[in-house]
Amino acid sequence: MAKNTNSTSYEFYKQKNKEEMKYQLITFALMIIFTLVAFGMVIAEYNPMFTIPVIILLACVQVGFQLYYFMHMSHKGHGLPALFLYSGIFVALLTVLAMVTIVWW
Amino acid sequence: MSTATAQKKGFGATLWDYLTTVDHKKIAILYLVAGGIFFLAGGLEAMLIRIQLAVPDNDFVSAGLYNQLITMHGTTMIFLAAMPLIFALMNIAVPLQIGARDVAFPFLNSLGFWLFFFGGVLLNVSWFTGGAPDAGWTAYAPLSTTSPGHGVDYYVMGLQISGAGTLIGGINFLVTIVNMRAPGMTYMRMPLFTWTAFVTSVLILFAFPALTVGLFLMMFDRMFGANFFDPQMGGNHVIWEHLFWIFGHPEVYILVLPIFGLFSDIISTFSKKRLFGYSAMVFAVVLIGFLGFMVWAHHMFTTGLGPVANSIFAIATMAIAVPTGIKIFNWIFTMWGGSIRMTTPMLWTVAFIPSFTLGGFGGVMLAAAAADYQYHDTYFVVAHFHYVIVGGVVFGVFAGLHYWWPKFFGTMLSEKLGKLAFWPFFVGFHLTFFIQHFLGLMGMPRRYWKFLPNQDLDLGNLVSTIGAFLMAIGAVIFLINVIVTSVKGEKVSGDPWDGRTLEWSIPSPPPFYNFTQTPLVRGLDPLWIEKRQGNGKMTPAEPLGDIHMPNNSFIPFVMSLGLFIAGFGFIYQVDDKNWLIVGIAGMLITLGSMFVRSVKDDLGYHIHKEDLEKGAGSE
Repeated sequence: MAKNTNSTSYEFYKQKNKEEMKYQLITFALMIIFTLVAFGMVIAEYNPMFTIPVIILLACVQVGFQLYYFMHMSHKGHGLPALFLYSGIFVALLTVLAMVTIVWW
Repeated sequence: MSTATAQKKGFGATLWDYLTTVDHKKIAILYLVAGGIFFLAGGLEAMLIRIQLAVPDNDFVSAGLYNQLITMHGTTMIFLAAMPLIFALMNIAVPLQIGARDVAFPFLNSLGFWLFFFGGVLLNVSWFTGGAPDAGWTAYAPLSTTSPGHGVDYYVMGLQISGAGTLIGGINFLVTIVNMRAPGMTYMRMPLFTWTAFVTSVLILFAFPALTVGLFLMMFDRMFGANFFDPQMGGNHVIWEHLFWIFGHPEVYILVLPIFGLFSDIISTFSKKRLFGYSAMVFAVVLIGFLGFMVWAHHMFTTGLGPVANSIFAIATMAIAVPTGIKIFNWIFTMWGGSIRMTTPMLWTVAFIPSFTLGGFGGVMLAAAAADYQYHDTYFVVAHFHYVIVGGVVFGVFAGLHYWWPKFFGTMLSEKLGKLAFWPFFVGFHLTFFIQHFLGLMGMPRRYWKFLPNQDLDLGNLVSTIGAFLMAIGAVIFLINVIVTSVKGEKVSGDPWDGRTLEWSIPSPPPFYNFTQTPLVRGLDPLWIEKRQGNGKMTPAEPLGDIHMPNNSFIPFVMSLGLFIAGFGFIYQVDDKNWLIVGIAGMLITLGSMFVRSVKDDLGYHIHKEDLEKGAGSE
């Protein structure tokens, strides 16, 4: 019986790890593509008003990939780091935005 | 281990023990001693300021020295006295309150202390090397960037080093509170002091980077020819004000929040009641912490931000009065119907409530942006922030020291002397600062070296100075109390106040491993629950086993010493590039000790079960 459970859980984890590996490979490929796209846009000399926001957007998506697929933030027990990350981003964004608009607008 | 440590040690061994300690209780004592010394230095500066302003047109100190005195008084009191004293209380109490054997990173705890200490010493060395910083504790550019001499350079380097220590300390407490709570100690069962220490650590984590950035820009402007704050070169000096206050406003909450928590614990203990509205108190603390980040520009209403920015920040500032009000009322409701014991900690606490509330009223008045044009840079502002910082933080530190003295040293401060110290300090405090509100409204500007006779300012200033002397008398009586108590050395039990939280479930002073067995927490005020429903002792959550302890280390001291030496190198390379050698040598000491720490495995040691049964570490 015990052996059976073990092998079931082994199968389960094997399956799970395989899936995770798949996601990691996909995100890795996507990140390389994103980088190529970013470089491509600069080389193709599109209008900077278009290129810059797109590159920033791609960068944000890449950070998300990094955190969730490579640093395992999607796994259990990462609630608190996520809370700190997001509240930190929120506070920093609000502060920088307010300061920049007050000073230079 | 046990018999060896229990024996009386020589002075050298004790000194070495404290230089290398990673024990949170000993680091708390280090913070207490260092913070206490800087507090006395800052207090001395305050007395000199008040003597200068005692009579009109006084020539007690020169104008230049006066500027140095006000700058160093502010900087010392905030960064080198209030901060470390708060850290002393957090270090002694937080691990004990959550049932942990130490903080999460004992090594970093020690590093944080030594960085703060050497930063503070560096700042104060400036008195002896041709003049202290003289641009105000806010060091506004361009006054600070053009201030001659090296005073402001010391300010920049000293605060940078001690700020790094504070940041390390804050992160350490965050990790400790998140990860090291005893079984059963959920977030909503944490004592309020631990909660406020947690929120304060979050604020440190988010706020100190702004100071670090500001100081770096200032450092490059002053020492390496950059022009971040020089409008003629395309810079902008208002950015310094923003960076300073983005840090500076959360900083005042960093100081006062742990004190709020401490008062909550004290009120609950000495009213023999559960804290009224626990969850509302937690909510209020978190809300104050959050709002504290959104109000920094209220220090800059007269800078010319425009009506929209002024209105937004005025409203956000007034909003903070709401959670603060929640706390004030909950403290009063906790006392309501309780069986109150007027011990010394309780006395400070009861005095705190109206004093701090007065400061809060002044704050709401200042928050009204249009009216602030009248108050700005007058003694009204001085009165307001001394009401909240002295009436809040200093009262709190006194209360906390009386309350936790048994956990620090195993003795009790004399109640009689404690109350004797309270009254002159309390009366002196209100004499000194209440009248300053009116001096401010009458138009007396802040930071002025002297005032002229017959402008109706004479009497108010004299009263203020007399009050300052009363406060000094109170502080001296407290020091006498400390000396008398340590000479007597009467040991007390682990629970002299009939406490409610975990720190009172272990002996005073606690053994170096704190808890022989990690306690099982069954609810809010865990010890009180066991006193009421159990046998009065905490139920262990684990069998008696080996305890893993960290080794002492001298590396944090050396690391900080390296930065201290490097600081001098960077300050004086402006005059002579050869000083860069000193800077590089200092950095090499620091980086070298970091390298040693990285490659050398330090796995700590175990206290064995058998030794614990024989009573290791308990004196």
